[in-house]
Amino acid sequence: MSAAAATAAASYSLVRQPAMETGLLEVSMGPHHPSTHGVFRMDVRLDGETVVALKPVFGYLHRNHEKLAEGMSYLASMPFTDRLDYFNSMTNNWAYALAAEQLLPIEVPERAQYLRVIMAELTRLVNHTSLVGFFLNDLGALGTPLLYAFRERERILDLFEQASGARMMCNYFRFGGLRCDVPEGWLARARAVVDAFPRFLDEFEKLLCENEIVLARTQRVGVLSGAQAVNAGITGPMLRASGVNYDLRKVDRYGIYERFAFRVPLGSAGDCYDRFMIRLLEMRESLKILDAALRDIPTGPVMGNAPRVFKPAASETYGRVESPKGELGFYLIADGTTKPYRYRVRPPSFINLTVLEDLCVGHTIADAVVILGSVDIVLGEVDR
Amino acid sequence: MRLLGFGILKGMAVTLENFVRSYFDRDRRHHLFTKEYAWEPGAPAEVLPARADTTVTAHSRNFPILLHDGADPMGGIRCVACQICERECPPQCIYIEKDYDEQGKYIKRPAIFDIDLSVCMSCQICVEVCPFDAIVMDSQFELSTANRFGGLLQHRDQLLKSNEYYHRIHPEEARARDDRMAQEKAEKEAKQAAADAAKKKAAEAKAAAEIAAEKSKPEPSAPTAGGAA
Repeated sequence: MSAAAATAAASYSLVRQPAMETGLLEVSMGPHHPSTHGVFRMDVRLDGETVVALKPVFGYLHRNHEKLAEGMSYLASMPFTDRLDYFNSMTNNWAYALAAEQLLPIEVPERAQYLRVIMAELTRLVNHTSLVGFFLNDLGALGTPLLYAFRERERILDLFEQASGARMMCNYFRFGGLRCDVPEGWLARARAVVDAFPRFLDEFEKLLCENEIVLARTQRVGVLSGAQAVNAGITGPMLRASGVNYDLRKVDRYGIYERFAFRVPLGSAGDCYDRFMIRLLEMRESLKILDAALRDIPTGPVMGNAPRVFKPAASETYGRVESPKGELGFYLIADGTTKPYRYRVRPPSFINLTVLEDLCVGHTIADAVVILGSVDIVLGEVDR
Repeated sequence: MRLLGFGILKGMAVTLENFVRSYFDRDRRHHLFTKEYAWEPGAPAEVLPARADTTVTAHSRNFPILLHDGADPMGGIRCVACQICERECPPQCIYIEKDYDEQGKYIKRPAIFDIDLSVCMSCQICVEVCPFDAIVMDSQFELSTANRFGGLLQHRDQLLKSNEYYHRIHPEEARARDDRMAQEKAEKEAKQAAADAAKKKAAEAKAAAEIAAEKSKPEPSAPTAGGAA
């Protein structure tokens, strides 16, 4: 980056007249900037309008999540995981529960497994609808797409509230199952939401996916090659948009994902448009999983025979799930007490953010906003 | 080649359709217009709240309350001040002190039970760890206060609510909890009765064995005593 900056500066000093004294402009975008989706700062060096170097600065939302978890019991960390990626509390819960269930083998009952898949896929719908709305908002399509997306999201959040008591901070998963069963009639209501969802997707695709301005602003912008994505440890839709077929639901087959037939959409160009479209395609696949899960769900208990006091023997474990943003992992070291000795989160949006500079250099500053939107970050997870 | 701008027109057709439909589509009409309170006429039955002074549904949870049985709050308080919730609370917002009588003997109830609602994060861990079903979640959201310092610090008597209130705000959950408590109580009583019966039987058996032993003995003491007399 500094080399590129130096060359740009050098070439200008040759081309322009010395009396003009042009230089690079340093802009500090954020931490309070509407395009940064939270408190996040980009130190951008601009040559005219073109980004020459970009340094992401974060940590403004650091809340000591990992250290706090080492001072409290295993169960007490569960509500804090909701607050990592606050759009996807259900998948955060699942990743943590999965890690803890490996420490102290607990069987998860069948109904709970199905409900976990249903909740995780509904979460994916929530995340991807919000993302496409915010992404178009960043492009300048203010209001309309975001409000259409939030209209659908709200229906799913109502389902979450009926099941867990809260719209976003669900705190619903437990080691060995779920906190409580869904209320009566919930599955029928979920079925109604899932059945109505394709209509929204059709509408949304008609609304902006063929829009010439959107195509001009997103295609060939922020290209990430497959090799570079693998090198940087990118996961989730961003990796698949670059054409790498890697989905933990297929690779790890955690939970009961091997029972569902679904495809993994892949991009070819790895640009912002692919990253945007892959989310819309993934929602259609999630609807397939939801359809099958809501059809096959059995009756029965939702909680396995978990001990009242969770006290695993000294061991270590890593549990990971395909969260809507990528691979979300929890690394736990148990020392035989009721508290974890070490608790570490592998946040997908933090690691996906590491390639931001490579994506932005050479594009204009307005494109940097779009590229950041296509990466899909949540600062609660980046800073922890 | 396609007409440039066709995609834009297609998208605008969608917004126009939405605008027109919002006046005629019954389902959309309910969802498109903002309503100040969900219980306005025309709201579907499942979003209607269980009581008239809250903005939320019967499924919501907000902050913890303490339950009591019967009419007298302190007479029927279920909390025994075991302090499990205080220890388990993730943001450490509960403070409890045990109550003692004049002799300094621990009577099973809290002297102080404070919850700082400005710290509480509504996670419901306290409800789950409570072995006495004494603490449950309220769904009252209208809690604003003018006092910045301690205005949201709720004390024991403010937190105490009756079981009937709980049934009003969370009917399904309250019924399930009561059923489980009744079942646990019946099981405990059956176990106690069985233990009592077993104890009684053992005592009887022991007494019978003693009597039998007494009888089988050659009663050496009586003649001696008689002889001495």
